Amino acid sequence: MKVVYTPDSQMRRPGLLLRSMWRDLLDSRELAWRLFLRDFYARYRSSVLGIVWAFLPPVATGLVFIFLQARGVVRFGETDIPYPVYVLVGTVLWQLFTESLNAPLATVRASISMISKVNFPREALIVSSFYQILLSLLIKVVILAGTFIYFKIPPIWGLAASGFAVFVLILLGMAIGLLLTPLGLLYSDVTSSLVIVTQVWFFLTPVVYPTPKSFPFNLVANLNPVTPVLSTARDLMTIGTIAEPTAFAVVCVLAVLGLFAGWIFYRLAIPILLERMSA
Amino acid sequence: MPDLLIRAEGVSKKFCRRLRLSLWYGVLDMGHEFFARNSDATKLRKEEFWAVSDISFVLRRGETIGLIGPNGAGKTTLLRMLNGLIKPDAGRIEISGRLQALIALGAGFNPVLTGRENVYVNASVLGIPQAEVRRRFDDIVDFAEVGEFIDSPVQSYSSGMAVRLGFAVSAFLKPDILLVDEILAVGDEGFQMKCLNKIGELKRNGTGIILVSHNMHTISTYANSVLLLRKGRHDEYRNVSEGVREYRKVFLRKDDLETQEICSGNERIRFYQVETNAESFLPGDTFVAKLHYESDEEFPDVEVDVAIYSSREPFLHFQATNKSYRRKMDLKKGGHSLEISVEQIRIHDAQARITIAIWTNQRTELLFWWRIPALFQGMEHSTGNSYLNITFREFPENTSAVLPATDSILS
Repeated sequence: MKVVYTPDSQMRRPGLLLRSMWRDLLDSRELAWRLFLRDFYARYRSSVLGIVWAFLPPVATGLVFIFLQARGVVRFGETDIPYPVYVLVGTVLWQLFTESLNAPLATVRASISMISKVNFPREALIVSSFYQILLSLLIKVVILAGTFIYFKIPPIWGLAASGFAVFVLILLGMAIGLLLTPLGLLYSDVTSSLVIVTQVWFFLTPVVYPTPKSFPFNLVANLNPVTPVLSTARDLMTIGTIAEPTAFAVVCVLAVLGLFAGWIFYRLAIPILLERMSA
Repeated sequence: MPDLLIRAEGVSKKFCRRLRLSLWYGVLDMGHEFFARNSDATKLRKEEFWAVSDISFVLRRGETIGLIGPNGAGKTTLLRMLNGLIKPDAGRIEISGRLQALIALGAGFNPVLTGRENVYVNASVLGIPQAEVRRRFDDIVDFAEVGEFIDSPVQSYSSGMAVRLGFAVSAFLKPDILLVDEILAVGDEGFQMKCLNKIGELKRNGTGIILVSHNMHTISTYANSVLLLRKGRHDEYRNVSEGVREYRKVFLRKDDLETQEICSGNERIRFYQVETNAESFLPGDTFVAKLHYESDEEFPDVEVDVAIYSSREPFLHFQATNKSYRRKMDLKKGGHSLEISVEQIRIHDAQARITIAIWTNQRTELLFWWRIPALFQGMEHSTGNSYLNITFREFPENTSAVLPATDSILS
């Protein structure tokens, strides 16, 4: 086994790069699981309410909009399903997306001291943040199941297919998050602006209102990559149809490509970032 | 198993002095890396400097290189490049074999979790399979000497305990190459002993080691050769004691080499000349200072204070007065001399100053105070700042056993 370090860009030898990416991904499985367990135990051991915190945010947001709609403070137009279900499903999915968006940068930033001292497969951090999202998804499934039972929404076959759309939603969030990670490690501006951007983005996505059909509001649906994925996931769960199959397919491909590009970028950027940060 | 473990050729690394600019260069470098564009890394941009420049060396199986140098000479940067954490800006590093860095003990420890849980995390970070940790868990706990604390959160550990636990996990690995960065500075003596024994054990098994330490005793004990880094240059010494000596010279301060005449008398007595027999001394030599004075009155029972110390070696210190030797000294009226001899010098390998002070009885008045520089030379194959006369004998007596002089036996 011989390793060579030179100043040359690793992109000049793509074969070697891909092979080592694949090998490191395989090598990182055990470590990723360990890191996930560590963070899980550490988080809940120092908290009284523990896992309750995972349930609260989407439920709270959902309840606010249900209240506003019921009182007639806001009018979002008609939805195919009862509005409370529409909103709760929407906010749960939206929260899953923002968690996926923030997870890579947050995980890597929390591990900086470890990264800067030990040469372990960097993929482990990303995989462990993926596990965290899956855990969060598990909790959200419980919320959704409760909502469906309460509002007596009949289970349909689309429920099974919606799993795929939810998975794409996670990939899309992580892809964008991973692409932002290297810059975010250098500049704190990235984290600060992410907070604002996600807030605005929330209102630019049909989470609490139905997808607009008329110009110029339909741009929200046409240009926002989250819209087709989130709508598809929600529609499959509740009515079992896909409104925009083409847009969904395009975003699927984009998510996968983005994730792959983000992975390469992250991998190449880490050594460069480490020399810019204190040891 | 390859014989050549590390080959470094012309390895250089540059850093930037300004944070803002440094971050921006980081963005540019990431762009260059990702789009495989040629950036001329060998040129310095604004506010950049070479932290490590043009270092070449090889590390072979079973060999230990002591990496020494003052703070900021680039030792840690070089280790980080060897460890693959950061990329060189010029040159080439070839690593053959499994490399382990004993730099961050207990990487990945979470203070809230118990010692037991953290052992598994730390082992994972170091790439040790869980099954193996489970099998040898009791050995780890024994080695770390944490006892029943193993099930307490690590935040309740003393810093020494946490480090011991981290080391116990690291000590598992049998790497081909080991990078050690001043870990022996932490922990008590018993722990340091364990670390050194572990390093010795690995060395016996053929591990090549790069050892960074400011403790020259550790370096002389373990290193086969020394790589001395200084700002902008580096030198390799096959002779460890020579390297250690050169290292010490880095800290030589100019004012150590000048005589300082703080006080040469007063209106009643004048010391008009001070003679010394030499400027540099070998162990066994005698230092003689002769003080010529002209006095208007008599100073009976004065105190002559002789001190030897070094500004950069805190452990080198000696002080005594004529009273220590039960010798009464008087300064008489008229022109006379005083001779002070330090016989059979045992100080070794140091730039020191000899201070001679003369006080009146009861130290009420200072009559004389000079600091005289002295260079105590080092002997071959020995380090440390004192040189003792040691007799080696074998029985039956072998009278002709004298080694050939100096370097020929080293190479």
